[in-house]
Amino acid sequence: MNYIEHIGKYVTMLKQVFTKPQRARVFREALFREIDELGHKSIGIIAFISFFIGGVIALQTALNLESPFIPKSLIGFAAKRSVILEFAPTFCSIILAGKVGSYITSSIGTMRVTEQIDALEVMGINSLNYLVLPKIIATVFFYPFLIILGMFLGIFGGWIAGVISGLFSGMDFVTGVQMDFDPFLITYALIKTVVFAFLIATVPSYHGYYVKGGSLEVGKASTQSVVWTTVLIVIANYFLTQMLLT
Amino acid sequence: MIEVNNLRKGFNGVEILKGITTSFKPGETSLIIGQSGSGKTVFLKSLIGLHTPEEGTIVYDGLANVDMTIEDRRQFRQELGMVFQGSALFDSQTVEENVMFPLKMFTKKPEDEMLDRVNFVLNRVNLENSNKKFPAELSGGMQKRVAIARAIVMNPKFLFCDEPNSGLDPQTAIVIDNLIKEITDEYKITTVINTHDMNSVMEIGDKIVFLKNGVKAWEGSHKEIFKTDNEAVVDFVYSSNLFKKVRQAYLNDI
Repeated sequence: MNYIEHIGKYVTMLKQVFTKPQRARVFREALFREIDELGHKSIGIIAFISFFIGGVIALQTALNLESPFIPKSLIGFAAKRSVILEFAPTFCSIILAGKVGSYITSSIGTMRVTEQIDALEVMGINSLNYLVLPKIIATVFFYPFLIILGMFLGIFGGWIAGVISGLFSGMDFVTGVQMDFDPFLITYALIKTVVFAFLIATVPSYHGYYVKGGSLEVGKASTQSVVWTTVLIVIANYFLTQMLLT
Repeated sequence: MIEVNNLRKGFNGVEILKGITTSFKPGETSLIIGQSGSGKTVFLKSLIGLHTPEEGTIVYDGLANVDMTIEDRRQFRQELGMVFQGSALFDSQTVEENVMFPLKMFTKKPEDEMLDRVNFVLNRVNLENSNKKFPAELSGGMQKRVAIARAIVMNPKFLFCDEPNSGLDPQTAIVIDNLIKEITDEYKITTVINTHDMNSVMEIGDKIVFLKNGVKAWEGSHKEIFKTDNEAVVDFVYSSNLFKKVRQAYLNDI
């Protein structure tokens, strides 16, 4: 199947996904379950990685700005910008694409190969709407909070790294973080996050929903979905940056 | 009552079902048998609406598939129960949630009323004290019973089963067969079973449809199948020595 066919099939899938849920009560239950699975259970990994990567960014910036003519506060400024602009929205989304994307593909793919999706269809349930819409809503609304958490912890990790290593003082770092603060950068990061969250929910769902075969094919589909979600995040990142910042 | 008229279905230019005409009556357990690749699964999936026939009609209690509106189709799907080969229970849901699922989706009953209905059907399939277990914690036979309970929880008019005995030991297979037969008699359901199990053919087949290469090669009851001289049926059903002897003994008796 060529790329055009995949895109067509993906768009057709989305048309079926975005219909009115058949039962509000069932949809609500599914939504809370997905928020827990896709969002709540990702807090730990995002917190852990954000904290340490923030520390690494601050340390590397400090090691590359050793000139006495450059104020130490620039380390905090540079770390803040890196974390808010790229690390938190893009890097964290790629990590989520790996963690959540493989989960989505394997869970939906397993439902496909064990006829659970057929069972839904036989009951007269729009399986795409039932399975995918709660995932989209959960990721699109929850991931901005995760990314904001990642921003805070990344900057905090940078401050801790400086204090522990002695490469810069905590006060210099805080001064840099507060310097030239532009709220639009947060908006930009959150717009990117929403787009990435949509990709993280839909691309793996597509790979899982249309899988054919058995457990081996489900495994292959999981790998493919992570690769494609990552590729699409990187491409979307480029175009969004071009549109929003230039 | 289901009436199938000249049903044709193919994939990628290969014709799988080549004009099947038959009917299934309420209160009867009808079996579809045939070799692997004979078109049984495609036939069953066409009956439940997962495949759209290329030609021919399927009439369910007077309403033809080709005349169904979207609302008719939605209504029809609520009137059918399906037991899949691998049970197809939702892994992330408990037994109770699995059985309650159709009620939650299609009725506005209060929770306690739904729970009463769930407990009733679980008792009916002899599965008590398993409400809070997940499918992975159940044996194959128990999973099949949950699947039957889920299929009948909405009081269906039509029950379809795809190889309900596959992977089960002979004793459990008989229990499942008898359960389906009892439920069919009790609720006057039109039941269609896709099977390879010759015990089922001999025991519960009120009507048997034998498919060969996408064509209906024979149909009759489980009594008639002993007497038939249709070579294809005889070769398929009595392929084992044991069944050959059983048939011979039956023919000698009459």
